[in-house]
Amino acid sequence: MWPAMITFEHVTKRYPDGTVAVEDLDLVCPTGQITVFVGPSGCGKTTSLRMINRLLEPTEGRILVDGNDVRERDASVLRRDMGYVIQQAGLFPHRTVLDNVATVPMLLGVSRKEARRSAAEQLERVGLVPELGKRYPYQLSGGQQQRVGVARALAADPPIMLMDEPFSAVDPVVRGDLQREFLRLQDDIGKTIVFVTHDVDEAVKLGDQIAVFATGGHLVQVDTPERLLAAPANEFVADFLGGDRGIRRLTFLASDRVGLDESDVVDSTVAPGLLEALGDAGRDWALLVGADRHAVGWVPTSGVPAAAAARPVERTFNPAADSLRVALDSALLSPAGRAVAVDDDGRVLGTAAHADILRAVTDEVARSQRVEAAS
Amino acid sequence: MNWEWVTGHLPLIGQLLGEHVFLSVLPVVIGLAVSLPLGIVCSRYPALYGPVLLLTSVLYAVPSLALFVFLLGVTGLHTTTVVIPLALYTLSVLVRNVVDGMRSVPDAVRDAAVGMGFGPLRRLVQVELPIAVPLIMAGTRVATVSNISMVSIGALLGFGGLGQLFTTYGIQLNFFLTAILTGVVLTVALAVAADTIIVGIQRLLTPWAPRGAGR
Ligand SMILES: Nc1ncnc2c1ncn2[C@@H]1O[C@H](COP(=O)(O)OP(=O)(O)OP(=O)(O)O)[C@@H](O)[C@H]1O
Ligand SMILES: [Mg+2]
Repeated sequence: MWPAMITFEHVTKRYPDGTVAVEDLDLVCPTGQITVFVGPSGCGKTTSLRMINRLLEPTEGRILVDGNDVRERDASVLRRDMGYVIQQAGLFPHRTVLDNVATVPMLLGVSRKEARRSAAEQLERVGLVPELGKRYPYQLSGGQQQRVGVARALAADPPIMLMDEPFSAVDPVVRGDLQREFLRLQDDIGKTIVFVTHDVDEAVKLGDQIAVFATGGHLVQVDTPERLLAAPANEFVADFLGGDRGIRRLTFLASDRVGLDESDVVDSTVAPGLLEALGDAGRDWALLVGADRHAVGWVPTSGVPAAAAARPVERTFNPAADSLRVALDSALLSPAGRAVAVDDDGRVLGTAAHADILRAVTDEVARSQRVEAAS
Repeated sequence: MNWEWVTGHLPLIGQLLGEHVFLSVLPVVIGLAVSLPLGIVCSRYPALYGPVLLLTSVLYAVPSLALFVFLLGVTGLHTTTVVIPLALYTLSVLVRNVVDGMRSVPDAVRDAAVGMGFGPLRRLVQVELPIAVPLIMAGTRVATVSNISMVSIGALLGFGGLGQLFTTYGIQLNFFLTAILTGVVLTVALAVAADTIIVGIQRLLTPWAPRGAGR
């Protein structure tokens, strides 16, 4: 089956006690993309998600997958076509890791042997060594359990993945790893994913599209992360996105137009006169590179360019791949106040001062606004 | 201690021991057969649990002698008369443990099972019951061991396994101490053996349970 599109049409969910968890939700989750539901606690994210695989039924409206009402299919059969990952992983404690992952293929009638074989592949895919397959869930760390949860949801290769705060029960370092690997995986598999989180950073990092919910189950804004950060629909969204909204936007601005300067890039054979000239021009530091043009470190223009005395380059940026946020970070971490640009192989292309980067920020913001106005 | 009597009566002692095992295990098997469906229904429909629990507790409180006498009129002088009360007594602990076992299934596990496409029956058989095993086995253990000591009372009807050593061969033979001692020692040994076997079975059934947590 091909990746599918999920459509909410006027969906309202009222619980028996009268709580309106979702109100008149209209939303399209496009094929092959990650749609993130984000919003404060109790705003109806989980309720919305659980209506997709019919763990809950809408009170009004309907949900379509590829144009077909989900209620037309038997609930259990429908669910086997949708990977489901939850915060506490929910692994079966009485089954080995391998058999946990083999669960859905076996429900679909695949032989045990075949299901286990593909389960072993899934484990590898989520970065777990095959030996872990023999363990029981209680013998895994929280991060490993989450990976198994993801592997289990992927095992039957469903076109749709529903994920409810899958990474929020692990520590920030593990969460970062899981997020990076998840994005890499999605590049390969291109599933239609609905991802619930209450963490704005996670939403911005993972989402192709972000749906912001407000308490009472109202959808306030649906947009790409860039546009959400650039133009929040109202004060609620702006508040929810938090104070670093401007800085976060830098993540979406390319650094390939930053003006680079090569004059302060020197190697050990540099003539003393050149260093002096740099010093006279107000440059206290020069960037020393090796024969392969890899950065060695910053050296003062007042002394001899010795590798032993060099201050390390803590962070570089690649204009072809990195955002202006990385470029700015690189400049802020450097004793010279200059960012170091490198190519894909790590060879130094040149350096750029804070001011050069901020000029690029201004240009990029203006450019993205022009693009926006034109569209 | 009259060892000659013991060695001379080994076939009799063996037969009584066999009867004792039968009379303590059969009621537990019957009790499980009743408690499993009853407990499962009670965990699905919590409103039923209160009344069911009350009923099993009341049954448990009925004095065994009274029950024997009552059943004598119905089933006559037969092992059934001993088995039925013992089976009824196990319900009080077994139903409770089946329900506790079903409740020990974490919500997240149940949610994941439903979300992956398990129907109700498959979920019960493949997910909930296996996870309930440790608590069901704990109940089985208590029921079996307490039955082993209770079987003796059946000796009053002539079906008491090792209990006969206290009555027919003990008290009625002028408090013949050797028979009584043999009965006590074998009953205790049987209880210990049964307990060990059940724990062993549980370990075999639940290789997935963390060890050393008092299970
Ligand atoms: N079974 C239920 N019965 C009644 N009200 C419920 C039920 N489940 C959820 N609610 C209510 O519906 C609203 C939305 O709940 P939901 O779980 O969808 O929120 P959420 O956005 O996922 O929150 P969180 O970030 O805390 O997980 C809340 O007000 C909640 O209290
Ligand atoms: Mg939630």
